[in-house]
Amino acid sequence: MARMPTRRRIALSTIAAWLVGFLIFFPILWMVLASFKTELEAFAIPPSFLFFDWTLENYVTVQGRSDYLHHAFNSVVVAGGSTLIALLIAIPAAWSMAFSPTKRTKDVLLWMLSTKMMPAVGVLVPIYLIYRDFGLLDSLTGLVIILCLGNLPIVVWMLFTYFKEIPRDILEAARMDGATIGRELIYVLTPMAVPGLASTLLLNLILAWNEAFWTLNLSTLQAAPLTVFIASYSSPEGLFWAKLSAASTLAIAPILVLGWFSQRQLVRGLTFGAVK
Amino acid sequence: MATRQTQLLARTLLTPAVALLFVWMIVPLALTIYFSTLHYNLLEPETQQFVGLENFRYFLTDPAFLASLQNTLVLVGSVLGLTVALGIPLALLLDQPVVGRTIVRLMVIAPFFVMPTVSALVWKNLLMHPVSGLFAWIAKLFGLAPIDWFNDAPLFAIILIVSWQWLPFATLILLTALQSLDEEQKEAAEMDGAGPLSSFIYITLPHLARPITVVILIETIFLLTVFAEIFVTTGGGPGLQTTNIAFLIYSQALIQYDVGSASAGGLVAVVIANIVAFFLVRMVGRNLEA
Repeated sequence: MARMPTRRRIALSTIAAWLVGFLIFFPILWMVLASFKTELEAFAIPPSFLFFDWTLENYVTVQGRSDYLHHAFNSVVVAGGSTLIALLIAIPAAWSMAFSPTKRTKDVLLWMLSTKMMPAVGVLVPIYLIYRDFGLLDSLTGLVIILCLGNLPIVVWMLFTYFKEIPRDILEAARMDGATIGRELIYVLTPMAVPGLASTLLLNLILAWNEAFWTLNLSTLQAAPLTVFIASYSSPEGLFWAKLSAASTLAIAPILVLGWFSQRQLVRGLTFGAVK
Repeated sequence: MATRQTQLLARTLLTPAVALLFVWMIVPLALTIYFSTLHYNLLEPETQQFVGLENFRYFLTDPAFLASLQNTLVLVGSVLGLTVALGIPLALLLDQPVVGRTIVRLMVIAPFFVMPTVSALVWKNLLMHPVSGLFAWIAKLFGLAPIDWFNDAPLFAIILIVSWQWLPFATLILLTALQSLDEEQKEAAEMDGAGPLSSFIYITLPHLARPITVVILIETIFLLTVFAEIFVTTGGGPGLQTTNIAFLIYSQALIQYDVGSASAGGLVAVVIANIVAFFLVRMVGRNLEA
């Protein structure tokens, strides 16, 4: 029989949880509020919490003065492109390791994982010089390549853990019925793999969208995604808090929504299946 | 039964991923090793010259290296300590019957999805600014002198920001682990007269040992190379107070254009990361067999 929590206990834990949750969320909330203030109000002491003249002016200026959409477009291309290409390379690999494992499969998987452990800063110099010599600095192609390679191990791993959960008996049954490998792939495997594919896609979009080592070091203006665009607000002369907040709100909103949908997969993906 | 044909197919499908990752790992690493033996500055590219281990001697005996190694260890250690110490009670709290748990969960997990440049700048300006920041206002409410975070305690300020980003991760993993804890086991213990405290110490905590290890190892890998948060807030300063190894290598490579020394530093970073990776890979590998 399940324990019946008392009313008092529920009330207490509810209050505590909401309080802590609010505290943790507060910086984001505060930023969103500041994005609707005038620069003067964003600076004001004592701060205004809700009762100020709400304005959309910052959102208009951010686009007008710094071409926000250009950088947002770059983010979409870089995050989307690198994720899709990584999936295209990873799906066959994960499929092969999950359904035709050999003695070496485990070693290959662990080796892939270990490439993810290599600190990016360890290869900053050669990558920078290679990019300079091939004209890839500040180019979308360059960013797509580097983020794709950087996330490939995670993509393979996540797909592998999902594919492994597809019962193999079903495949064998399909084979007995005379299904070819192509049919097996389209009619049997694909429908069962879609949830895993979707969550892998989601988690990688998030990781690539927020990546801020390679993007900061390899792009400046033309190919700069939102991470780099926001960083440009760090210059001391540019103390525009309300505009910074507006730009930031726009930059994190889409990913926050995606993130909330994928929180369960996040655990699995980021722990390489060690915690489910 | 796997036929020869499907085996061949499987190998063909695996090859592109393996080949790409192999190139991606070997080529830059080999180049880093090669550069680390050269005297090579991008400002005077003609004077490339083989110098053996000179760069390593220079990098490892540079006072900046010791300072940044210390900063790296303090940063990693503090963030690990904070996120695990706060993550455990938070996960336990969220595991309780809470009205509106989904919404609370969403609020708690949100900081993890905020890009590092945004969280660093929002904290630096809107919250930690010594005059107009919210913290300064709160301090004044209580009659305290506001803290000038980025001058008086710059490393601590960075630690707070990074901890805020990683607390959700620790909490979410521990919460996931808690939810897989066998409820009956806890009930049985309670029937045997175990209080909440001893049931926590003897049942919950051992169950959490594994996920805590996972949290520590994975966070360490990311925390060893914290970069964007330092880049947009302090630029490593004042002095070297917030320069970690990653930032030191970056500044040697792309500010001083000292390719040789930065490469030597990069290899040092690889070695440090590999020590951690060794343990993580072993743990994940054990899980693969189970």
